Amino acid sequence: MIDSPRTAVSNPPTQPLASNLGPGDVVRRSATADLPPPGRQLTEVAKLIDVSKCIGCKACQSACIEWNDTHPGVGENVGIYENPHDLTENMFTLMRFTEWVNPETDSLEWLIRKDGCMHCADPGCLKACPAPGAIVQYSNGIVDFIHENCIGCGYCVKGCPFNIPRISKADHRSYKCTLCSDRVAVGQGPACAKACPTQAIVFGTKEDMKKHAAGRIADLKSRGYANAGLYDPPGVGGTHVMYVLHHADKPHIYANLPDDPKISPLVQSWKGVTKYVGIAAMGFMAVGSMIHGVFARANRVSHEDEAHAEQLVENPAKAPPPPPEERV
Amino acid sequence: MNMELSRRGFLKAAGAGVAATSLGAMGFGEAEAAIQAHVRGFKLASTTETRNTCTYCSVACGIIIYSKGDVRKGEKAEVVHIEGDADHPTNLGTLCPKGAALKDFVQAPTRLRQPMHRKPGSDRFEPISWDAALDRIARLMKDDRDANFVATNAAGVPVNRWATTGMLAASATTNETAWATFKVAKALGIVGFDNQARV
Amino acid sequence: MTNAWTDIKNTDLVVVMGGNAAEAHPCGFKWVTEAKAHRGAKLIVVDPRFTRTASVSDVYAPIRQGSDIAFLLGVINYCIQNDKVQWEYTKAYTNASFIVKEGFGYSDGLFSGYSEEKRDYDRSSWDYEFDENGFARVDPTLEHPRCVWNLLKAHVAAYTPEMVERICGTPKAKFLQIAQMIAECSSPTKTMTSMYALGWTQHSHGAQNIRGMAMLQLILGNIGVRGGGMNALRGHSNIQGLTDMGLMSHLLTGYLNMPTEREPDYATYMRSRQFKPLRPGQTSYWQNYAKFMVSFQKAMWGDAATAENDWCYHHIPKLDVPAYDILRMFELMNQGKVNGYICQGFNPVLAFPNRGKVVAGLSKLKFLITMDPLETETARFWENHGDFNDVDTKSIQTEVFQLPSICFAEDEGSLTNSGRWLQWFWPAATPPGQARADTWIMAQIFLRMRELYRKEGGAFPDPVLKLSWNYHNPGEPEPEELAREINGRALTDLRDPNDPSRIILAAGKQVVNFSQLRDDGSTMCGCWIYSGCFNEAGNNMARRDNYDPDNTGTHPNWTYSWPLNRRTLYNRASADLDGKPWDPSRKLLEWDGTKWTGYDVPDIAPTAKPRDVMPFIMNQEGSARLFARGMLRDGPFPAHMEPFESPIANPFNPKLRGNPVARIFASDVAQFGTSEEFPYAATSYRLTEHFHYWTKHNRVNAALQPEFFVELSEELAKEKGIAPGSWVRVWSKRGSVRAKAVVTKRIRPLICDGKTVHVIGIPLHWGFIGAAKKGFGPNSLTPFVGEANIETPGYKAFLVNIEPSTAPKGGVVA
Repeated sequence: MIDSPRTAVSNPPTQPLASNLGPGDVVRRSATADLPPPGRQLTEVAKLIDVSKCIGCKACQSACIEWNDTHPGVGENVGIYENPHDLTENMFTLMRFTEWVNPETDSLEWLIRKDGCMHCADPGCLKACPAPGAIVQYSNGIVDFIHENCIGCGYCVKGCPFNIPRISKADHRSYKCTLCSDRVAVGQGPACAKACPTQAIVFGTKEDMKKHAAGRIADLKSRGYANAGLYDPPGVGGTHVMYVLHHADKPHIYANLPDDPKISPLVQSWKGVTKYVGIAAMGFMAVGSMIHGVFARANRVSHEDEAHAEQLVENPAKAPPPPPEERV
Repeated sequence: MNMELSRRGFLKAAGAGVAATSLGAMGFGEAEAAIQAHVRGFKLASTTETRNTCTYCSVACGIIIYSKGDVRKGEKAEVVHIEGDADHPTNLGTLCPKGAALKDFVQAPTRLRQPMHRKPGSDRFEPISWDAALDRIARLMKDDRDANFVATNAAGVPVNRWATTGMLAASATTNETAWATFKVAKALGIVGFDNQARV
Repeated sequence: MTNAWTDIKNTDLVVVMGGNAAEAHPCGFKWVTEAKAHRGAKLIVVDPRFTRTASVSDVYAPIRQGSDIAFLLGVINYCIQNDKVQWEYTKAYTNASFIVKEGFGYSDGLFSGYSEEKRDYDRSSWDYEFDENGFARVDPTLEHPRCVWNLLKAHVAAYTPEMVERICGTPKAKFLQIAQMIAECSSPTKTMTSMYALGWTQHSHGAQNIRGMAMLQLILGNIGVRGGGMNALRGHSNIQGLTDMGLMSHLLTGYLNMPTEREPDYATYMRSRQFKPLRPGQTSYWQNYAKFMVSFQKAMWGDAATAENDWCYHHIPKLDVPAYDILRMFELMNQGKVNGYICQGFNPVLAFPNRGKVVAGLSKLKFLITMDPLETETARFWENHGDFNDVDTKSIQTEVFQLPSICFAEDEGSLTNSGRWLQWFWPAATPPGQARADTWIMAQIFLRMRELYRKEGGAFPDPVLKLSWNYHNPGEPEPEELAREINGRALTDLRDPNDPSRIILAAGKQVVNFSQLRDDGSTMCGCWIYSGCFNEAGNNMARRDNYDPDNTGTHPNWTYSWPLNRRTLYNRASADLDGKPWDPSRKLLEWDGTKWTGYDVPDIAPTAKPRDVMPFIMNQEGSARLFARGMLRDGPFPAHMEPFESPIANPFNPKLRGNPVARIFASDVAQFGTSEEFPYAATSYRLTEHFHYWTKHNRVNAALQPEFFVELSEELAKEKGIAPGSWVRVWSKRGSVRAKAVVTKRIRPLICDGKTVHVIGIPLHWGFIGAAKKGFGPNSLTPFVGEANIETPGYKAFLVNIEPSTAPKGGVVA
């Protein structure tokens, strides 16, 4: 009997069902100060990705494409297994492969991490977003993009400590993993978790996921991974996508998973108007030209913000990696 | 809420040179200004479910094909989604990267829709009707069988072999198709008869 | 597979060798991760490459491709030397105690009886000593110097850890660590499972690779038990079914054999198939051969098959060679001796070795017919695609028919998985355009040919004219009709032999299973091993009760498992001589004093007393064979053999090339390369993102792994000046390809026989049609030589060279 929590415990419904995730469940809303309190508190959910059980098969990518009806293009091989080569507006999740020689054992470990939106409890994307209602957070923890409200400015990318959202060149809106909010809304788990052959991806309440992770970590410790642990980084208030890592003491070995992710202090401190200007001052290029025109005229950026922004630009180690050229 | 105030509208307004630097000043401060939070409609609603088996490897994962229309009721049916069958004991609803994308195998642009014929030396396929193709195939096969059938060997033992036409059978077809294929091929005396199990 | 996928959760140790389960069978591999998570099971991976299976293993060891026998015999040697043997099992359930006749021997890498001219063995010395009653002599004390056990012990003694390291390149310490872990499974309460696939079969010595592991599993007592077994993961969704159904040159259905010229009549054919027990009281189930054979012949030719005409024995062709396997057919094509070829869902241009020879062969055909849901390179082999298919279209005189067939989503019927489950599925979609079912296409060809034979006569029309074809719509037999034929039915009332007044089964009724089949023409059955799949209880393959009592992984009422709904083969061996389970916590069967009870259908008569009847009822011995007698062409024991193209000479006999009895066509000899010319050891394989040459048509899978590449070590890349992601040319004696280079730590140079061996990995999924980028597969390079017993091509070990290069031309999709 399998006692792992699994999303695949039932097949999706086909009878028309009302969505159980609606405006009344929104607890945070981008660029919106006074949000009415939600009518109810949903149980927090989480996706747990056990990197030690992951076989890097990309079933999650495949299921994600099919469920979300996205169309990643056929690229080329550039000497690596990552395809597409990065997250895109058509690829919300990506297996990232790292060949790591463990200095303690001198043996090769092929670290394979499924990258994608972490659904932070304290979402940097939402805080950075200037478009009212373009990013929302539901009381179950899902951070979702409402594309109709998105202005394609790309601030969410800069605000994200994990460098996740991507702006579509076709419609200039920002895209990322929704945690399959449409499936969760009818009581199903995300498509990736359903598909995952080894159930390295599981989904359930955040509390259950933490318990499940504890069992997995104990197993890993028994196999000699003394530093096995859960990745639920407090710097972003914890996440609703968590990892079990065999080497939780050094998350960065997993394709630069941030050791201690935090929302940029700039984003944290932005209030009102300076928020938008501050981002502009960061020299952030992923801005539509018309929008850029608006902000270029702004001159109310504080010296402090400017200095901070310059520091971020000049010291990229502390900033999230710059977005690839194709997104500019 | 104001459904008209789309992103495009906002861009236009901004580009028109509104002096204010606050989006709030442009009427975006209120929650009502933008589209309400919503999730995508559940796309499997009102689809027909069919239990099937993944066509790829021999783990033989159970799948559910979701289609618009019910082929068993004689309707035209189109696959809209394929997902693992959670009731299946082997795969428990999971699928691999191939299985999870089965829909795009069924609907591949390179799916064949029409019998084609290439004449000797030609640089192209040309459409041919089923009847014309099958008549011609039967003729070619019979002529070859009649010309090259080995009824007896040198010692006079009946051997009844047809070795000049071979066949490879498909190991993704059903056992039932295999049986029909087997009957025809072996009855014709085809000895160069194999399937992927050999390779 | 002897066991089911779901049974793997019961294991303590998984050995993945000769396969790559996590990549090729991800959802089956789930049961490995379950065993790890819930039983604390360990996973060992032995592979030339650090695969994605290796990425979740507890221990990984590198091995040079083609050297697995040395590794496995090394482990057997280790177990014997360290007394890690399940003795009760080995003594009772294997032929360890059987005495081999004088004259059998092994020296210089060869068994007794070898003839270099014939490239064959005289196998007469590879047999037991028999007593006056025809029973094999045994020595239960295992003291006789020529008993199988002592011969085995002597045979494997050469495979020391040092010898394993020398041949395989596996570091001695790693080998010993693995040998020790495996040896622990000799405990009756610890079980190991072997998961293998084409990494073992696709060698000129493939069968002996598998025997090496099977023998190891036997001496550990791991066959027939939960969480144990020999698990061939198998390839396509119905590769098991097509084999079971006998769609092979040398087979009829249910592993009945095609007759040969040496069997000019039915009596002679049956004489060599009586399979008399070699030990007193044993079952030797093949004694029932005639019942299955006659029922099969009745299924084929109905009323025309009578006792007087030997049930239409001569309607079945007689082979003059062991098989017209695919290599032989393409050799004959090249010789201009084949005129027509039909490819039903098959793509030989990419799938067969030495593409140059394959395309040359197809070019000599008069006609080629393809039936496929998708475009294939084979259907368009005549089309010029620049470097990707550089043919002279005009000169190719082959007439080609490309017939569109339906695919799984539009079809209905059963598929047999690698765990032998026959699972029924239902259609969901309307076929595109004019695509038709294969049953329709085959029926249409058959009906047209039958009509021509009726009208015109011709060569031996009888088997065509008399073929049983009584379907509701002869132009398109329905899946259920065909399934009912496969199951079989009574043709006349079947009476109880002990009480002829009692009718067991009325004429026209479906037989309950093959136990009701008879050799007097009163029953028909398309495939005896499947009998029971569709009886009077209905379509058992469509059963969907997934209940699993006590979570054994048995799922007895889920679809139908052949034979007789048995889920684990040789399950009698899960209990000791007295019928008590070796491991009570993993009980499968138990003798209750009068009968066998438990979770599975016993693989033995339900009332067969424990000490009387041994578990391996399909063998004449009643026991499993550590010594295979003359049943394989290349030896009664496995012995190390090098690939035909190898970076080192065979340490046991440097003069031997490849498998000394493998068939080689004269035209191919000149196309074998040497390590001087081609210094690198290449291997071919699948990637998890793709399925053979199908998913390159799928936009999703094409996006996930878009372009042909080869993998090589950082060391070799440095030596050759090859940058990651750059173009390289890889060539063998037979052809040349260009690919992107993936430079990786996952492949490391091996030291074999004192020499550095660089491995180059070549995945196989690309061609010149589809959604993915145009590319080559490995088969432009692979050698045209087959496995010595079954002629499976040796795709896994060959020699190449490599250099930096430029992009191939003709890459723009037409």
